[in-house]
Amino acid sequence: MGMEGIGARVARKEDKRFLTGKGRYTDDMVVPGMKYAYFVRSPHAHAKITGINVSAAKAMPGVIDVLDGKQLQADGIGNLICGWMIHSKDGSPMKMGAWRPLAVDTVRYVGDAIAIVVADSVAEARDAAEVVTVDYEELPAVITSVAALEAGAPQIHPEAPGNLIFDWQIGDGAATDKAIAEAAHVTEIEILNNRLSPNPMEPRAALGVYDEAEDHYTCYTTSQNPHVARLVMSAFYNVAPENKLRVIAPDVGGGFGSKIYIYPEEIVCLWASKKTGVPVKWTSDRTEAFLTDAHGRDHVSKVKMAFDKNHRIIGLKVDTIANLGAYMSLFSSAVPTYLYATLLSGQYAIPAIHANVRTVYTNTVPVDAYRGAGRPEATYLLERTMEVAARELGVSPAELRRKNFIRSFPYQTPVIMNYDAGDYDASLTAAMDAADWNGFPARRAEAEGRGKKRGIGMSCYIEACGIAPSQAVGSLGAGVGLWESAEVRVNAVGTIEVLTGSHSHGQGHETTFAQLVADRLGVPLASVNIVHGDTDKVQMGMGTYGSRSGAVGMSAIVKALDKVEMKAKKIAAHLMEADESDIVIENGELKVAGTDKTLPWFQVALAAYTAHNLPSGMEPGLKETAFYDPSNFTFPAGCYIAEVEIDPDTGKTEIIQFVAADDFGNIINPMIVEGQVHGGLAQGIGQALLEEVRYDEVSGQLLTASYMDYAMPRADDLPSFKLSHQNTPCPSNPLGIKGCGEAGAIGSPPALINAITDAIGVEITMPATPLKVWQALQSAEPRMAAE
Amino acid sequence: MYDTNYHRASSVEEAVKLRSSQDEARYLSGGMTLIATMKQRLAAPSDLVDLRHVASMKGISVEGRKVRIGAATTHAEVASSSALRAVCPAICHLAGMIGDPHVRHMGTIGGSVANNDPAADYPSAVLALNATVVTDRREISADDYFQGMFDTALEEGELITAITFEAPEKAGYAKFPNPASRYALTGVFVAKSGSGVRVAVTGAGSNGVFRVKDLEAALLANWSAESVSSVTVDASQMMEDMHATPDYRANLVKVMAKRAVQAAG
Repeated sequence: MGMEGIGARVARKEDKRFLTGKGRYTDDMVVPGMKYAYFVRSPHAHAKITGINVSAAKAMPGVIDVLDGKQLQADGIGNLICGWMIHSKDGSPMKMGAWRPLAVDTVRYVGDAIAIVVADSVAEARDAAEVVTVDYEELPAVITSVAALEAGAPQIHPEAPGNLIFDWQIGDGAATDKAIAEAAHVTEIEILNNRLSPNPMEPRAALGVYDEAEDHYTCYTTSQNPHVARLVMSAFYNVAPENKLRVIAPDVGGGFGSKIYIYPEEIVCLWASKKTGVPVKWTSDRTEAFLTDAHGRDHVSKVKMAFDKNHRIIGLKVDTIANLGAYMSLFSSAVPTYLYATLLSGQYAIPAIHANVRTVYTNTVPVDAYRGAGRPEATYLLERTMEVAARELGVSPAELRRKNFIRSFPYQTPVIMNYDAGDYDASLTAAMDAADWNGFPARRAEAEGRGKKRGIGMSCYIEACGIAPSQAVGSLGAGVGLWESAEVRVNAVGTIEVLTGSHSHGQGHETTFAQLVADRLGVPLASVNIVHGDTDKVQMGMGTYGSRSGAVGMSAIVKALDKVEMKAKKIAAHLMEADESDIVIENGELKVAGTDKTLPWFQVALAAYTAHNLPSGMEPGLKETAFYDPSNFTFPAGCYIAEVEIDPDTGKTEIIQFVAADDFGNIINPMIVEGQVHGGLAQGIGQALLEEVRYDEVSGQLLTASYMDYAMPRADDLPSFKLSHQNTPCPSNPLGIKGCGEAGAIGSPPALINAITDAIGVEITMPATPLKVWQALQSAEPRMAAE
Repeated sequence: MYDTNYHRASSVEEAVKLRSSQDEARYLSGGMTLIATMKQRLAAPSDLVDLRHVASMKGISVEGRKVRIGAATTHAEVASSSALRAVCPAICHLAGMIGDPHVRHMGTIGGSVANNDPAADYPSAVLALNATVVTDRREISADDYFQGMFDTALEEGELITAITFEAPEKAGYAKFPNPASRYALTGVFVAKSGSGVRVAVTGAGSNGVFRVKDLEAALLANWSAESVSSVTVDASQMMEDMHATPDYRANLVKVMAKRAVQAAG
């Protein structure tokens, strides 16, 4: 592997600029004549707009213009769309209501954009926004998914009667019902998956620049996938044709899914730039982020898991209601369907599975993919159910899992997925050893002596990453292909630029992708630059989400490198008068195997560009492009164990230890992988113990609109993690990579809740706040007269 | 934030004069609440009179058992004062738990006491220590000073210059932080001195910081964590919000009181 190649713990090339405040984010961009936008937003969860008066706002100091949704509509800007078609089980297409970038006649959540003010400064734009008068006729609002489906609930979109977007199913219902009927034991449980706000460190921002001379638009934006943004804004929102629209996503400070989607603001800033003749920049503030960034999770599910007399799972039936908020965000329909129910087999051989999923509109901000996207919901459901089943059956949670593990691969589940490789036993064993599982009873007894309730819990997760085979997802309703592209440009002196369609917003691609090139060609890491995030520089690409950059993005680079190597070898063979098949590339040199003939890499590159002495008929230059379409998903899996101690006086949970044993396939940079796991665990622990978006269920006001009320995990909420890897290389891509970005957030919540319920002996919902744990303990134990 | 004029006062007299010269002027003493409120556009003072550079309002003096903390003294200065730690470590402990390091190096005791946030830490210490709030025009006893959430005995333009108190024999503070904000979900300060025992609670009461007379009586009779157990704390006086129920806060008052007594020794 060398000091800098695959497998080396190379410090991130990005660190210097990020750690010294030298990153260049969208809000750092300054262009001549740039002005600032502020959005007028709905203070109501649901209301008809009966009038908008902007005359006072237009007269305010510094104001250039105030634009509303009618003008936007008149200019032919289209509605926002969901790009993944789901059909209900009756065959009808999903019922998508209109989402106008600026609301025209109805607002459907607190924060819905109504008008844009463009002014010389943010403060002046905001001052003017405050005097825009909007007349509303308030309508009753509905916040929870269950309430939205009840008869008589407020109707949110005329297109979706009863607020039902689709009623979808997967699996074999009859076989599952039969298994349940014949079961020796059925575990039934209701599962709530709490609603989360993504909270990237950098809030969303957009800068729209219209060049009248060229009739050309440039959009700087906080995107995980600038090419997808350009495609969607061109093809569906009618902002500009693709050749007239450049999208640049520079440094982006975290996304976690929330920056996949195209939001109203970037569309409106681009349009407003043409309308006003000035570049228009908008930057979200933190409360605006809570109000308008797509949320995650928010599932309510009922589960039945059937066992035979030998404790083998024979059937799993799931009924889920998923809250999609006020509008269908870009991939919102895929999250609770193909990214969720297809993982309900978990690590287990389950002969019959059936899931029914209803998605509903509510008067809340749209819900879409958030770190893990469907897979955390599936894992939480399955691993909580397994834990409850083990307790009901009186067997150890580890044994119940082991008994049901899938042990031979490939394995076809009843819910589409075909697992290609894995060793679930290895991770379970490693995790139990690392956690000293067998020593737990003694630790529990010791804690009891100190008045503390100690619990231990595990979670065996699987996820589908490296999304995704384009033909397969196309057949399931995806509106795009999910391949990736790469271009490897060798310069005349041998330095290298790699242009990738993946987008780095914290993942460290500039380092790991360069490690791959350094490993393959034996060149110094410093001679390799990674270029991404600009549609004018980089060929079409699909971006970064779903732990796909390694498995898919790097595979595209491998394909391009293969072509570069092939051409370089041809040149070297020609120059050294050897046979092409005898050329090997080692330590930055091209050698004739078995001889002392060598050419340094840079001389071969130089030869390609001087073109003075190339093989007959060869084109000059050394630059190759590749598109890689994966043949399958990848299936990272692992076992997480949490051990907690609860203070019964306050209900506070302390995480004593957290063990993560993961199978990510081959690893490029272990340090970056560990960082990804740490971050994922922090988010999963946040979901389990702290985080929850709450709206007032009558008014629809967002109650958790700042960090005063939305509890993000802090460093002192987290233990030092014990990590290990039990890697089985992925057979489905050339590097054997599975992906690691989401595992921590997927596997950790059930491990924690299993540990907490083990400690307190009663069920609890996430987040297990001190208040809820204390209340659970009060309900579980007769209250003592004198404490 | 709306436009505002910033003034840096160098004396108490200058500060009071600047404040009274504008109808919508406010004192700024660290601004850890005020600036955030202004950024949200929920406050719009025309002028800010910064107190953190008034020399006579800064610093800690300990003479025998008599303590004087200048109103413009930061939480970090209180937390790290060895003189104060020698006579009343509980208040150093309390100051070290406020906010985060940034807040502790900007926020001041005078600012906190003047704002009287129902979940702030200092009001419980001031009340339990039977401290005196010294202003530019008078001295106010703690019992008279705190009058409800964000409500104090301060008159328009009146400026806190110092907090003084007699160091207690024993004192302790225990806080259960709000998981989100880290303000006190419930914080209890207990103090024992020659004149008796005082127990003050912040974060929990529906009307701001308050004393728990039953706990004071129980601890006067028997200064021990066990004696807290026998007392019933009335949940009906507790605040209810999305973070805690009145029952939970009433429970936390007892649990934190016990821990405060244990910490006091």
